[in-house]
This record gives sequence, C-alpha cells and structure tokens, in this order.
Amino acid sequence: MTAVTSGTTLDDARGARSAPPERGRARRRRDVGAGFAFLSPWLVGFVVLTAFPMVASLYLAFTDYDLFRPPSWVGLENFTKLFDDPRFWTSAKVTAIYVLVGTPIKLAAALAVAMLLNMKHRGQGAYRSIFYAPSLIGASVSIAIVWKAMFIDDGIVDRIQQLFGLPAGGWVGDPSKTMPMFVLLAVWTFGAPMVIFLAGLKQTPGELYEAASVDGAGPIRKFWRITIPMLSPVLFFNLLLETIGAFQVFGSAFIISGGTGGPADSTLFYTLYLYIKGFAQFDMGYASAMAWVLVVVVGVITAILFKTSNAWVHYSGDNR
Amino acid sequence: MSDTHIVTPPLSAQAAAAGVPVSGGSRPPGPIDTTSRQAAKRRKGVRSLGFHAFMVVCTIVVLYPAAWMLTSSFKPSNEIIGNISLWSDNFSATNFATALSGIGGVGFWTFFGNSMILAVASVVGVILSSTVAAYAFARIDFPGRSVFFAIMIGTLLLPFHVVIIPQYIMFNELGMVNTFIPLLAPKFLAGEAFFVFLMVQFMRNLPRELDEAARIDGAGHVRIFRSIMLPLMRPAIITSSIFAFIWSWNDFLGPLLYLKKPDMYPLPIALRLYVDQTSVSDYGAQMAMAVLALLPVMIFFILFQRYIVDGVATQGLKG
Repeated sequence: MTAVTSGTTLDDARGARSAPPERGRARRRRDVGAGFAFLSPWLVGFVVLTAFPMVASLYLAFTDYDLFRPPSWVGLENFTKLFDDPRFWTSAKVTAIYVLVGTPIKLAAALAVAMLLNMKHRGQGAYRSIFYAPSLIGASVSIAIVWKAMFIDDGIVDRIQQLFGLPAGGWVGDPSKTMPMFVLLAVWTFGAPMVIFLAGLKQTPGELYEAASVDGAGPIRKFWRITIPMLSPVLFFNLLLETIGAFQVFGSAFIISGGTGGPADSTLFYTLYLYIKGFAQFDMGYASAMAWVLVVVVGVITAILFKTSNAWVHYSGDNR
Repeated sequence: MSDTHIVTPPLSAQAAAAGVPVSGGSRPPGPIDTTSRQAAKRRKGVRSLGFHAFMVVCTIVVLYPAAWMLTSSFKPSNEIIGNISLWSDNFSATNFATALSGIGGVGFWTFFGNSMILAVASVVGVILSSTVAAYAFARIDFPGRSVFFAIMIGTLLLPFHVVIIPQYIMFNELGMVNTFIPLLAPKFLAGEAFFVFLMVQFMRNLPRELDEAARIDGAGHVRIFRSIMLPLMRPAIITSSIFAFIWSWNDFLGPLLYLKKPDMYPLPIALRLYVDQTSVSDYGAQMAMAVLALLPVMIFFILFQRYIVDGVATQGLKG
C-alpha cells in the first residue's frame, strides 16, 4: 500500500493532475490497452485451446482422418455411420442411465445429509469434512482400483451378498450389475454437492420455519414449502454441474473395464467409446462427430435446465 | 451461472417467496416447572444420542472403502480380496517395498517426481494466469468485456472432450507429445475457467475505493494488481492452489493421451500400468501403490480441510 501511494513517477499521475476533460479519455484509452493486456493469457488460451479446436473438430467430423494421412472430406458419412452403430447407441444408453439414475440419487443423498448436518448438534464440522473427503479422491485411479477389488468375484461385496443368502457373484463381471456399481461410486462422492447444499441451508432464515411452525405446518410441508424453494438456486447449480459432470465420467470406467467398456459393453460410457474410436482406432473423424453430438446434447440439456429454472428457481427479491 | 446469488442466495428472501403466511403470534409463555425441564433435557439427550449413532454409522460406511484400501496395503496379497475385516495378524510393510521398487525399470520416485512437477507447475500456471485474467474481468472497463466474460462462463459448461482430438493433433504436429507442455499449457493460459470465475467473484467483493485511491495517487493497473489486489487475494489464491494441485495430481485423461514413455508417467498412469502388468494379482502391492498415489491428496486434505471445504461451500468448487 505504501509503495502505491508514494508512486508518483508513473505518467498516470501527471495525466490525472493536468487537464480534467482529457483525463477521462486518456484513462479510457489506457483501460482498453490494459484490459486486453491482462486478458491476453486467457484470450490466447481461448483461441488456441478452445475456439480453434472446436472449429477444427467440427471440420474433422465431416472427414475421414487417421492422424497419418491428410483428412479427406466425406460429408455426412460419419454421422450416418454413427446412427447405424449399435455400440454408439449402447454408449449413449449407458451414459444416459448413469446421468438419469446416478445424479438424482447423489443429489438426494447430498441434500438429506446436508439437512442432518444443519441440525444443532456437536461435531457437525467434523462430519462435514469426513463426508466431503471422498469427493476429492472419487475420480482417482486409486479408488477405481479399490472399487474393482471390492466388487470383483469373491470380493467383499460378493461375501456380504452370500452372508445375506443372496446369489453369489461379483459385480465387475456381471453386465447387469456394473451400472449399480458405478452409481454407488458416484453416490459415494455426495460430499461436494452436500457442502454446497449445507451452505444454502445455513442462509435460510430460521424465522421462516418458526413462522411455519406457528401456523401448524409439519416437517414435510416445511420441507416442500420452505426448504426446497429457498434452496432452489443451489439445487439448480448442483443439478447443472452434476449433470454435466456425469456426462464426462471417464477414468473410473477406463480402469475398471481395463479400457474396453466391458463386460458386454455395459460400462462403455460415451467418453470411453469416444476415446477408443479416436485414440485406440485412430478414427478421428468419427470421434470428432461423436464429440459434437455430445456438445449438442449437453448444450440442449443445459438450455432446458436454464429455461425450466424460471419456473422453479426462486431468487430472493422476486416477490410473487 | 454468472451471478453470485446462484451459489449464495442472500438472506433477504421473504417468507412470501416461500409461500408461507407469516402470522404475528408467538408462543404464549407458559409456566416452566423443573420436572418438565428435566424431561425435555432427557429427551434432547436421547435425540442427540440417536443423531450421533446414525452419523457414526454413516461415517463408517463413507470411510470404509478408504480404510479398506489403507489396511489392505499392509496385508499379504492373499488376505485382501474378499476380506471384510480391517485387521490382519500379518500386517507388514513389504507391499510398500515392492511398490517403491517401481515398474518396468522405472522407479517409484520418478513417477512421484513427474506428478509433483506437473502439480506444482499447474499451481503456478493457474495462479499466474487466472489472477491476471480475473483482474481484467473484475476491475478494468473495456469494450467486449461482458462478451468475453459470458464466453468464459460458457467454457465452464463445455464438455472438454470436444477439444481433445484437435488439441492432440495440434500438439502432435508441434512435436510436443511426450512432453509436459500439452498438460501445462492450458494452466498457464487460464484454460481452467473455474479458477478465473472464482477469482473474479472474489475480486468483485473487494472494495472499489482501494483501486480508486491508488489511481488518484498515480498507480497504473500493473501496480494496482500487484500491490493491492494480489495481497488481498490470498484466500482465493490458497483455495485455488489446493484445488489446482489436487486436480493435476489426480488427472488421468491428460497424461494418458500425451505421455507415452514410462519415465514420463505421473502416478495415476503408472498405477494403471502396474495393474495391467501384475495380472498375477499382486493385490498387496497394487493397494500400496494406490495408497502412495493418494498420499499427497490425503495430506493436503488433513492440513487444509477448512480451506477446501469452505472453498466448495462458497464457490461451488467440485472435488
């Protein structure tokens, strides 16, 4: 601070003291320069690492390209192949089920636990930290290996099933059980949305609940009429980010299936199939087409979420 | 997304918005005798006991996979699969000795070193680029700023898979595959919009008067940024550093795409190689390696849990 106040050598200072009308214009001109200078790392990154690659992948989606020979234009062929490709539809289905089942369960668990943590008891801070911890490591290779070891034939999950007299067998090799296994992994990382829900709950004024109690509202009514509306911006935020995140699950599926998406393509998540097409089979035109389909689908879902949010997300200050 | 209040709905929301009629009445003060007070206290004690019993069960369920990994890493390989117990009479550190001896002629510390270089460089890159970009967004008026800001927010929601193929082709053409450059370039170019967004939000809450005063005293943007903003940004910088480190440390897809030589591998890729190679199921060494790969993250969490959890709570950062 002292360094700033004593700094009179900068030409800003002279400009500022001389002619007031010119000051504004000079300052604005300087701001434009400074603005772009400060923005330049991001701007370069955006152009080189996002905008140009997006355009390039859109172009590649209409070509046949294997990284070694130059791309050749094939028109809509990649897309027609895509829609005739049963593995594409399988990967879309696997991802859709994961998003539609995993995300709501994860968010429900997160909200339920957040409400418990919002009660007045000792040790809430410790519980909050412990429950959050899996979110930091859930997507790691280490945890994928642990998950596989737990759900494999004769693994501990199999043993627990047998203890309860359920049919034996691990989940890793059973196509009908791999999805529940991944959903459980997603639910295990409920901590991140939980912490965000809890922050929202803490901002809900207690008087609302007191007033509702006086009026004879029960806990269920209070939940639907106070908690949910007051929490709706946070709910929207979590729903948006968790949905987009769920579309992009990759590492754990790669590790658990050994990079194949098996058994019987039951773990062939969309991103995994995209990786196999692009980087194992070097069918980069096809993979680019897949990437653009993903962008469009995620874009449409995001747009729908934003549009419908007007109906159910309440921001304070909108008194209706 | 661009608004703060999505993450932190302000307190001022009225009962009307929630659809709750507010009546003026409050509970009439009743006579309180000691017996009913004691009964209430006892009831509260029972409720508290029930609450903690439930939470402890939840804690055990949540921590079990990690605890199982940790204890398994000390067990002999034949006692791991299917062993629910977290205890063994044969605990030893031999698995760690095996894991530390490395894979395919490359030592463990090489992988660890690669992970460390990538993570530390990521932190440096993220902090340098995102603070600078955030200053432009939060503090300088220039044409197109709001458009750029909207684009930046848009990239937050963009599935990054759309760019990996052209990026790979580009870095391949430039001969940068098998270097750390493709992994670090996005960090130094503010490619992780989350951090820029976090910094912008933080900077917007700093009083404007500070810059105005400095401006009147003749400071330019560089000076204001360096001498006023950066010191005040400390909490946001610490939070971002922790997350940048952990995200880089756990990153799998990036190194999988760009690093093909084992002596360039960071730990997650080495771990995957390990699992593929030890098909004879040396589970003990796998678990030991898995633990070692997560160790820095766990240490970070224990040391900085306040920053991490509060960072998530206030900024909506994910794990």
